[in-house]
Amino acid sequence: MATESIKYLSPDAETKIKTKVFPRPDQHATGIVNWLTTIDHKKIGVMYGMAALFFLLLGGVEALLIRSQLWSHNMEVLTNREYNQMFTMHGTTMVFLVIMPLSAAFFNFIMPLQIGARDVAFPRMNTLSLWCFIAGGIILNLSWFFTGGSPAIGWFGYAPLTDTRFAEVLGDMGPDFWIFSLQILGLASLLASFNFITTIINMRAPGMTMMRLPVFTWMTLIVSFLIILAFPAITIALVELMFDRTYGTNFYDFLEGGKPHLWQHLFWIFGHPEVYILILPAMGIVSEIIPVFSRKPLFGYGLIVFSGAIIGFMGFAVWSHHMFTTGMGIVATSAFSILTMLIAIPTGVKIFNWIGTMWGGRIRFETPMLFSLGFITMFMVGGFTGIMHSSVPIDAQHQDSYFVVAHFHYVLIGGALFGLFAGFYFWLPKLTGKMLNEKLGKFVFTLMFIGFNLTFFPMHYLGMIGQPRRTHSYNEGHGFETWNQIATIGALILGVGIAIGVYQFFSAFFNKKLKPAGKNPWDARTLEWTLSSPVKEYNFARTPVIKARDQAWENNYGPEDKHSEKVPLDDHGVHMPDRSWCPLLASVGLFVFVLGMLFRQTIEISGSFLFTPYEVAIGGCSVFVLGVILWALEGPAGYHLFPKESQE
Amino acid sequence: MSEAAAHTIDHHEPVTSTGIPNKKVLMWAFLGSDCMFFGTLISTHLIYRKISATVGGNFLDIRDIFDIELTSFSTFILLASSLFMALGVSAIHKGNLNSTRWMLFGTIVFGAIFLACQVYEFTHFVHAPGNELTLSSYRGEPHVFGSTFYVLTGTHGTHVAIGVFWLIGWLIYSFTGKMGTEHAIDVEICGLYWHFVDVVWILIFPVVYLMEYAF
Repeated sequence: MATESIKYLSPDAETKIKTKVFPRPDQHATGIVNWLTTIDHKKIGVMYGMAALFFLLLGGVEALLIRSQLWSHNMEVLTNREYNQMFTMHGTTMVFLVIMPLSAAFFNFIMPLQIGARDVAFPRMNTLSLWCFIAGGIILNLSWFFTGGSPAIGWFGYAPLTDTRFAEVLGDMGPDFWIFSLQILGLASLLASFNFITTIINMRAPGMTMMRLPVFTWMTLIVSFLIILAFPAITIALVELMFDRTYGTNFYDFLEGGKPHLWQHLFWIFGHPEVYILILPAMGIVSEIIPVFSRKPLFGYGLIVFSGAIIGFMGFAVWSHHMFTTGMGIVATSAFSILTMLIAIPTGVKIFNWIGTMWGGRIRFETPMLFSLGFITMFMVGGFTGIMHSSVPIDAQHQDSYFVVAHFHYVLIGGALFGLFAGFYFWLPKLTGKMLNEKLGKFVFTLMFIGFNLTFFPMHYLGMIGQPRRTHSYNEGHGFETWNQIATIGALILGVGIAIGVYQFFSAFFNKKLKPAGKNPWDARTLEWTLSSPVKEYNFARTPVIKARDQAWENNYGPEDKHSEKVPLDDHGVHMPDRSWCPLLASVGLFVFVLGMLFRQTIEISGSFLFTPYEVAIGGCSVFVLGVILWALEGPAGYHLFPKESQE
Repeated sequence: MSEAAAHTIDHHEPVTSTGIPNKKVLMWAFLGSDCMFFGTLISTHLIYRKISATVGGNFLDIRDIFDIELTSFSTFILLASSLFMALGVSAIHKGNLNSTRWMLFGTIVFGAIFLACQVYEFTHFVHAPGNELTLSSYRGEPHVFGSTFYVLTGTHGTHVAIGVFWLIGWLIYSFTGKMGTEHAIDVEICGLYWHFVDVVWILIFPVVYLMEYAF
């Protein structure tokens, strides 16, 4: 690198001594240390994305197992318990280990670039969030190897399925793994969200007012608020469940005065905002892509932002539409029904705005645009069935049928995953500096689009003719076979499409034959496209002064007074914080603590064990606290870079 | 040396878009989130208090074991600790290290007294002869009151304990000779947390304790 770099010299002799006791890798660290200790939001984003894509394949295999079990009547690919475990793990994996972290990958990588920041507000906390997410993913999947195997309780773990007395297998640990992994994943999401909120509110470049923020950044902000306000509900619900299972409290124990109904409320108070946590990032991505490929500014920017905020706000007031058949009473049911119908309005506003953006534009049908169009159409199908469900009598018919399965897969694959794939095809050139193969991309889109519709469209019909969801087999004579077979073939096609797509994303990092991307290959509009691809570690050699909403576009085509300016570098240069081991140490401590808590009851203390589970928990907790204390003592420290203005 | 230190500090406090330090925005966001944690716990308690008002066929009168004098005392102590905390924050802003130490010490002691009262109360309730309130039962009959009560007040107690450890951390740090007005923001967010935990208790005390005496 041509930049001159000087080590930041602390005036404080003590800090240096401490650095010797607990060495901190400097900016030149390479190989595995580079990735384990990084605090760079771009590398964290890459790791989030890679781990999530791995879990996507894992969850996909689980889905294919489910589909092969349903190929025909009375199949025996999976036992009924294995089938229950499969759909539980599939759901939990796809929601918490795929869609959310994929969104987090984009938040991490793109958002600071879009607001003109050099990193997030708390870089080490960002790293902790990443390692907590990975720890949570490992813990969830460790459940396969212990008593009872994976949880078989459904991804929303309704009481009393989680009651220890009703466990199919004595001492079933599946739900415990599920509880603790969700707690750790929740912690990861909360940490990341506090960070993103602070970053967006406080670290915008000069001139980057709130109403000049790119829509994707707006959605990041809204989703972060949803996460910090919705996750506490499930955290407490899970704490209560953990107390029920290990300390004998009666929160959800209907034999001793508890109400399983409460679990449903607490879960869905989290669970419905969660739906918007999953879809709003994809909406943000699509709102970035459609203007670029229509060569028009986004139609109704203010309305899109405002309706995103309204969706987020109203998302907290519709949770009980998941519970229409539980008998909440007419008043509550009607209120939630009306609110659910109302929330379709801001969603519809967004769709009309995207159509308005395309209207009269010169549309280029490249892969990101194809996925965005796929998003709009497929999300609309899912949205329409959603509006159907807001009507209580119809919902009562659809409850627990395959119609519901079709509905939420249209929203989560056709919606969220298509949007995220659009984001990959759009932003990977920025990340790797190389253009992806357009033909392969279009092939992936075709496979996914056809496979997806073949899989899930017949499920509407299957649901209407009465196939129940979460039932591991069906008898002959219902007429379910044909459509199930079409769905299974579709699932295979979809799986192949996704696998090729994931291969294409990974190969973009290594394939030397791909064409270089240059700064702005799509002729895109927002600030990240003013930087070189791949982006330098300091992002911006000079902090930009923002003059317009679509700054990259204005720089190229706008009048002189709309061009961005540069804040000159002061004599400190660019301050870069140091790498750190502490976030990794803290999350390892947390991981060990959870293992200790998990095995607290089930493993007898025997001579063959070096430590009792109790000691493991305390040890893990101590490591966590040690990590936090060292973290506080080491400070951000850092070094200085003096890049030339052209080096960005 | 002190000049160099001051120089570093200027350098490390970045100019933010809103003018509010990053750490403070973070703490406010966390407190917003924490409201939802306690909101969920308090609602759970209130819902069960209403729908599980009897135990073993009799009206659940928790006043038999509640010691309102003790809890009022510990409430007063916790509220008073907020005064010390506020004075401590003010002192560190003025650079008065000695006063900061005493105020932090006062907050820690009062927080510890509150925790001690809670430990005494819990032990007392679990072992109250004939009126045992455990996590799963009251007077030997299965009930939810113990579950919601202990988990709610226990979560609050955990918050107080974390606050106490955090303050002890600052108290120790103040003796290393490195603490100065540049750490005012750190003590201030610690104070924000402490006041929040107090405010939550102001809600818990009437809702969980006083309300039992209202009817």
